[in-house]
This record gives sequence, structure tokens and C-alpha cells, in this order.
Amino acid sequence: MAKNKNEAVSNSFAQINRVKPLTNALLSALFILIALGTVLPVLLVVMISISTSESLAYRGFSYFPMSFTFTAYASLFRTGSQLVDSYIITIASTAVSTVLSLLVMSSLAFVLAQQRFPGKKFYSIMLLITMLFSGGMVPAYIINVNVLHLYDTFFILVLPGLVNAFNVIVLRTFINGTVPIEMFDAAAIDGANEFRVYWSIVLPLSKAGLATIALFVLVGKWNDWFTGMLYIDNPKLVPVQTMLTRIQQKIDFIKNNSDMASTPDGQRMLMSMPTEQTRMAILVLSTLPIIFAYPFFQRYFIQGLTIGSVKG
Amino acid sequence: MSTTRTYAVRRKRSVPERIALHIRKYWRLHLLALPAVILLLLFNYAPMFGVMLAFQDFTVDGGFFGSKFVGFKNFEFMFETNDAWRITRNTVLYNIAFIGVNVSLSVLLAILFNELYIRKLAKTLQTLIIMPNFLSLAVVAIIAYGFLKGGPDGLINQLMKATGGQQRDWYLYKPIWPFLLVFINAWRGVGYGSIVYVASISGISQEYYEAAVLDGASKVQQARYVTLPHLKKIIVIMLILNIGSLLRGDFGLFYNVTQNNGRLYEVTDVIDTYIFRALKTNPNTGMSAAASFYQSMAGLVLVIAANLLVRKIDEESSLF
Repeated sequence: MAKNKNEAVSNSFAQINRVKPLTNALLSALFILIALGTVLPVLLVVMISISTSESLAYRGFSYFPMSFTFTAYASLFRTGSQLVDSYIITIASTAVSTVLSLLVMSSLAFVLAQQRFPGKKFYSIMLLITMLFSGGMVPAYIINVNVLHLYDTFFILVLPGLVNAFNVIVLRTFINGTVPIEMFDAAAIDGANEFRVYWSIVLPLSKAGLATIALFVLVGKWNDWFTGMLYIDNPKLVPVQTMLTRIQQKIDFIKNNSDMASTPDGQRMLMSMPTEQTRMAILVLSTLPIIFAYPFFQRYFIQGLTIGSVKG
Repeated sequence: MSTTRTYAVRRKRSVPERIALHIRKYWRLHLLALPAVILLLLFNYAPMFGVMLAFQDFTVDGGFFGSKFVGFKNFEFMFETNDAWRITRNTVLYNIAFIGVNVSLSVLLAILFNELYIRKLAKTLQTLIIMPNFLSLAVVAIIAYGFLKGGPDGLINQLMKATGGQQRDWYLYKPIWPFLLVFINAWRGVGYGSIVYVASISGISQEYYEAAVLDGASKVQQARYVTLPHLKKIIVIMLILNIGSLLRGDFGLFYNVTQNNGRLYEVTDVIDTYIFRALKTNPNTGMSAAASFYQSMAGLVLVIAANLLVRKIDEESSLF
């Protein structure tokens, strides 16, 4: 009863302490403006992708093209084996990375969550060092290319970065918070070994934490254009985001070297480049899955950021 | 007496015996950690030893151990030209601007957001405002191009034409870029950054506000004297944690969005883009490794310093 009364009091306080309706309206208007500021730039790209060439010639980039066409999309799907290849590679590498990353990180997190394991400290320090110091891009490149021979392979798109120290710590904190230590003991008495405990108790109980981390990994991998830029030449293995970057760069390169643009060779290269609409269409197609999926997963992101701010 | 004896017996166990016992008891846990350990060794630890490259005249045939040792020669090039100063200045100044602008706007946004009382509208708006964070920089670069393209096409030039302003090829116009990059970075990051503060604000006990209202505090005064002091600790920690990455430039922002335009390097070249060019465009392994080494060492010093600072303020939040 007393609790209910308290709640009622604080609820009515929240009502009293509200901003005035006018202020609320102004604030809402401000936020709507900001939201438009985030959405409209993306919409511009969508509009360019469905503008006709005539419209681009007369009006330039515009939210209100004179006429619409979907030829850019049609041509991508008709002749676009490159786009299809890239899509397959992106989906495959993202899926494999996410699953492997979750398995590897959660098993290490499980080990670090053992309070009485004497090796815990060793593994913790090993993980911590990777947060403090990195060899940097160049040594990593030499190792990956000359020692591990991962240049132009599917593995380079998957393996590096599977273990992220920060994510492991978040997972460990999550496991310690959701699985009581008595449960480990009880399982041990029942004769379950650590594999069983990890697989049948810890993983199912940590679903929410795993979902959060899965989304971080998934979005990161889907948007990763850099690994492809650095390590992939084979067109069959180029991820969508890398493909997008490369097309843009080739055009910039020719345009920035104006003497080259005027040579017959440069002209021919410019002519063979995808049109503005095609590039924008590729952008839309490469971003669509993330944009549509993310509102559904937003809850997990917010949860994850909040877990992350609690240090383990 | 008897306890001493068992103690003595235990101490007599030899090292190999103790190892065998440990393995028998814990091999499963070690095995569970193994995949992660292998990955860390290959992709995190091996490159750490690769920093030797910075002191070698690296050849593929010679490899890590056969290449000639040349001391600090690789560093000379960087410090002889203006490059080291230019890329360090750009990286540090941009990061300071990014941190300052993004943290203050995120906090402001979070405070205002908590006042919206039509929750459904608020949720939808939040979803939209966070959205840019999920766009890759490859995508952001092309969106920016839609606005900045020179000639009559770009949206900014159309606006300039309509208002009688100066039309330009913005990719060649240096003075605008520092502001543009700070703006684009804020566009991407502020909504996402505010999530942490929104969560912290909703964790503040209502009683503080009740007391403030009894004392006749206005909304602005409540924000000034209740909300901000409560956020102070997390703001300080966020600021300090960012110090550790002061020398890491956001590669995509400085490479993609600027279209890697050589004419803008003076104001857009950061350590990461410099290393990338030294590695891919005109390969010079020693030189790029030297720049990479310089970045890692300075970064390490900054992380440790930042962590010491965090420990002073709030031990719980420190990294180690």
C-alpha cells in the first residue's frame, strides 16, 4: 500500500514538474527539425537514384526530379553480376563473422567469469594488453599478407577482429550479473562439466547480452569497407561497401587529374563508369538492410550501451 | 600439529606435479579460452612484434628477421619534412574539436530529450536521430557528395545560386573543410552519443527534483543544479577515455569524405591517412611502419595517462 502511495505521489510530481505545453511543443518542433536533418540527406541520395538523366541535366541533384525512372536499379540487377557477387560476399562474411565472434568471445567471457579459476588473471591481462597497445596498421598488414597469406581470401574478411576486448568484458560482466555463482557449483555437483555449463546454462541465460554484442558485430562487419580496400583485389570477393568506395574513388581520381580526363583514355574510362544514378542506387541497396533492421534492434543497442557503461 | 603436517605435505609437491594437477582440474577452461587466445596471438600480438619494421629496411625476401637494421632512418623522412608536424596537428586538433562538440551537444540533446512528455513521439524521433550512426563512412561520403559537388549539380551550389552566394567546387575549397568535418562527425555521432546520457538522467532520483521544485527552481535551474552535477562524473570519464584515442584519426572520415583530395591535405591529412598512403599508394614499408610506431607509442602514453586521471576521479571506472 505504502509503495503504491509513493508511486502515486511521484507520478503526480512528474506531472507537476512537466514543462509547459508551449515549451513542449517548441521542444518537439526542435527535435522534429533535427530528425529531418538526419533523414533528408539520406533521402536526397534516394531521389538522385530514381531521377532520369534529363532531370539531372536540367535540375542537378534535386528532391523534386522532373521525372522518375528505375532503370538504375534494373540495370544493376540485369547486368550487375558484380553487385550480386558483392552482396553474397557481404552477407556470407557478416554471417560467419557474427556467429564465430559470438562463440569465441562468449567462451572466453565464460572463462573470465569463473571466480575461482587460477588462470583467470592471465587471460584477463592478455586481453587488457590488446586494449592498450596495438602494433598498428602496417605490421598487421605485413603479418596478414606475408606470414598468414590472407591477401585476397575470404578469411581476411572474417578472422581479424573476431575477438574484441571491450565486447568480451561486456559479456563477462553480463554473465556475472545473470548467472549466479551457486549455479556453477550446483551444476558441478550434478556432474556437469564446464562444457555443459557453458553450452546449456550460460549461453541460454545470456541471450540478451549476446544479442547486443551480435548487433555490434553485425553492423560493424556489414559496414566494413576498409578491410576490402586494403586486402581484396579479386572482384568475386569485394564486399558491397568496398565496391561503393572504389567506384567513387575511380571517378574522383579521373576528375581530380584534369589532364587525364581530357585524354581519349580518360574519356573512355569516364564513359564506362556507372552513372550517378547507378552509384546512388548501389548505395541505397547496400544500406537498406541495416536501415530497415535497425529500428527493431534499437532496444538492444541501447541496452548494450548501458551495460557497457557499467565496468566489470 | 596435524594441519602443519598436511601443509608440509602439500608444499612437497613438485612443480610438474602441480602443473599436472592444474591441467587435470582445469583443462576444459583452458580449452574454452584457446580459440580466442589463438586469434589474439595471430591478429593482435604478432603485429606488436612487427613494430620492429620501423627500424628495418624491410624486404619481402628478408622478412622480419633477415631485413637490414637501419636504426631511426625511417623516422628521419617523417621529421625532415613538415609531415610529422602537420599530421599530428591535424589529428589532435580534429579529435579535440570532435570530442568537445559531440559531448556537449549529446548532453544538451539528452537533457532536452528527457523533457519531451509525449513518449511515443520521443521514441520515434530518437530512432531517427540515432540512424546516421549506422551508415558506413563510404555511404556518408557519397551523401556529402550530393551536397558538395561542384558545378550546377550539388545542392549547396544550387542554394548559393538561389541566394546569390558564391558557387564553388567545395572539394577544392580548403577553409570550409575543418568545419565540414566537425559538422559531419557531429551529424553522425551526437544522437548515438546521447543514449548514454539519456540513460544516466533517467537514473537520477526524482527526490532531488522534488526538493529543487520546493525551493522554487525553474527547469533551467534544475538542469543546471541537479542534472548536470549528476552527469559530471560520466562526462569527465567519457572525455578522458577519449584522450586515449587522440592520435587515432577516423580514417573513413578523412579519406572517404574528403575524396582523398591531395589539394586538401594541408587541412585534412591525419596520421591514419598518411600511413595508408605510405602503405598502398607509394609503398614504403619502413616509413609507414615508422609513422605507425609513432602513433602506437604516443597512443600508449596517452591511454596510461588518461587511465591514471580516471582513477583519481573514480576508481570504479578506470580501465586497469
